[in-house]
Amino acid sequence: MDWQSLWLSIKLAAISVLILIPLAVIIARPLAYERFPGKSWLEALIMVPLVLPPTVIGYYLLVSLGSDSFIGQLLQQYFDVQLVFHFSGLVLASVLVNIPFAVQPIQRSFEAIPQEVRDASACCGMGRLKQLFRVELPLAWPGILTALVLCFSHVLGEFGVVLMMGGSIAGETKTISIAIYDNVQAFDFSAAGNMSLLLLLFAISTLALTTALSRRMERHR
Amino acid sequence: MKARGDLHVHISQLNGIPLQAEFSCRAGELLAVVGPSGGGKTTLLRMIAGLNQPQSGEIRCGEQLWFADGINLSPQQRHLGYVPQHYGLFPNLSAQANVMAGLDHLPKSQRRQRALQWLERVNLQGLPERLPHQLSGGQKQRVALARALAREPSVLLLDEPFSALDRETRERLYIELARLKSQLQIPVIMVTHDINEALLLADKLVLISQGQMLQQGEPRQVLLKPRNEAVARQMGLRNIFDAKVLPYDEQQQLQWLQFGEQKIACNTDARQRCGEHVRWVIPNQGIRFNAISSGRLSRSYNKLSVTIDSLLVMGESVRLVASIASIAYQLHAEVPLHLVQKLALAAGLQTEVALKSDLIHLLEHEPACISSDR
Repeated sequence: MDWQSLWLSIKLAAISVLILIPLAVIIARPLAYERFPGKSWLEALIMVPLVLPPTVIGYYLLVSLGSDSFIGQLLQQYFDVQLVFHFSGLVLASVLVNIPFAVQPIQRSFEAIPQEVRDASACCGMGRLKQLFRVELPLAWPGILTALVLCFSHVLGEFGVVLMMGGSIAGETKTISIAIYDNVQAFDFSAAGNMSLLLLLFAISTLALTTALSRRMERHR
Repeated sequence: MKARGDLHVHISQLNGIPLQAEFSCRAGELLAVVGPSGGGKTTLLRMIAGLNQPQSGEIRCGEQLWFADGINLSPQQRHLGYVPQHYGLFPNLSAQANVMAGLDHLPKSQRRQRALQWLERVNLQGLPERLPHQLSGGQKQRVALARALAREPSVLLLDEPFSALDRETRERLYIELARLKSQLQIPVIMVTHDINEALLLADKLVLISQGQMLQQGEPRQVLLKPRNEAVARQMGLRNIFDAKVLPYDEQQQLQWLQFGEQKIACNTDARQRCGEHVRWVIPNQGIRFNAISSGRLSRSYNKLSVTIDSLLVMGESVRLVASIASIAYQLHAEVPLHLVQKLALAAGLQTEVALKSDLIHLLEHEPACISSDR
């Protein structure tokens, strides 16, 4: 078992989720409640990572953020930041790839809040932030939890985009999926099997937990 | 800032959901907005609440302008009480926390006390910790009412407040609302599709259909003197007939109408042109079955021969349909059950009914749009 890779994956998943969830709330709320020009285009753009192969996203990120690219040079020159083949680059890639997995369930749960409840909160004198924190977020919680679990599991198992963007640098970009791949390449099936089983068990248990929690919350609504 | 005083509403919207309305509601008065579903009632209420923005018009509460050219106060700034059709309770908060959620303008120390006071005032003591899903429909409605009123709002808005309740709960809440109304001294606007509810509770009635205001006034006045056929039908009046105007009888001060082969007298202030075709209406209380047999027929009654077609017993009253002799019209009436039994009214029976001439009302021809008080 490659514990370093496992720890790196968990770190990557946790940081990505911490960025993704607030970002998804900010994006999902107007998508659920407001009408604005270009809304359909924005929704389509958010969904792109669902249909595009991760390697393609990884390729574009590599090309656009690499040290030869304009953005890459800008980041290097002014902020001394290098994204490609670095952990920070993996975080950016994971966030981008997982946006649809975070936005969709949160948007649906915002949409599920009855209009009357939101009207009542406005008529109770609550401002936008109070409405969000006291009424909407507690009611959208099942969606947020689903997004959290989905994104965490997804980042944990992310392969294509990680490989393209980060390669396989131990302790920096070598996540557990890359480690499994490397082990298979080296014909170490036992190590690959152990790590795969761990990911499988994790995926099943988190999904079961989410389903159970959502059901419990639904009962109390 | 809280505005105290009468509510004046003037809304004009041509696009989207068309809506034209102009009315006032005094503090301490309950105004019922009545109309069929999809007629624009809820939109109107949402515009008053600031949840929808009308294209143009003016909404004013006391001295405070809520909506006008360049002004549109948010629902938060309007400081109102709003009870949506399905109550809009926050499902994650207890009854008490729901009421407290509307009290952010008060110091924290006072909120709990105020919430409990209002829950008690709407007869909901002992249940402050319950979540909305643990409450019955009537209890939810009371929590929503307490939440709206605990804010000491400038206006109370009720959207179909009794539509989802059983009859018994509804009757109880009618009494409570009537009691609260007299204590509150704020304008109360209630949207309903139930004309009987409006007749029971409202001081003023605004009839709305397809976004147009048909008539407004005191409920009884609108019921007895509907402006046109659309209003009469919305008020639930079914006895609407055609007639031809005959010369006015100056001596008896009666307007005579030719109705089939019969002459009908009516007391009307508006002079009609002789020979003109008119539509007239009579409410249920103007139709008497016992006046003739008891010999109490006077000049204020018109006698009509009818054959009873059907009787439908509904609780303590009977819905009766009768064909009027010599003319292809049917008369609909609601007669108390005891009277039906006493007079031995039965299907196939030929009898005479009396129509009170002072309750016969002539309808206007063209459908009126926005109207002022009659």
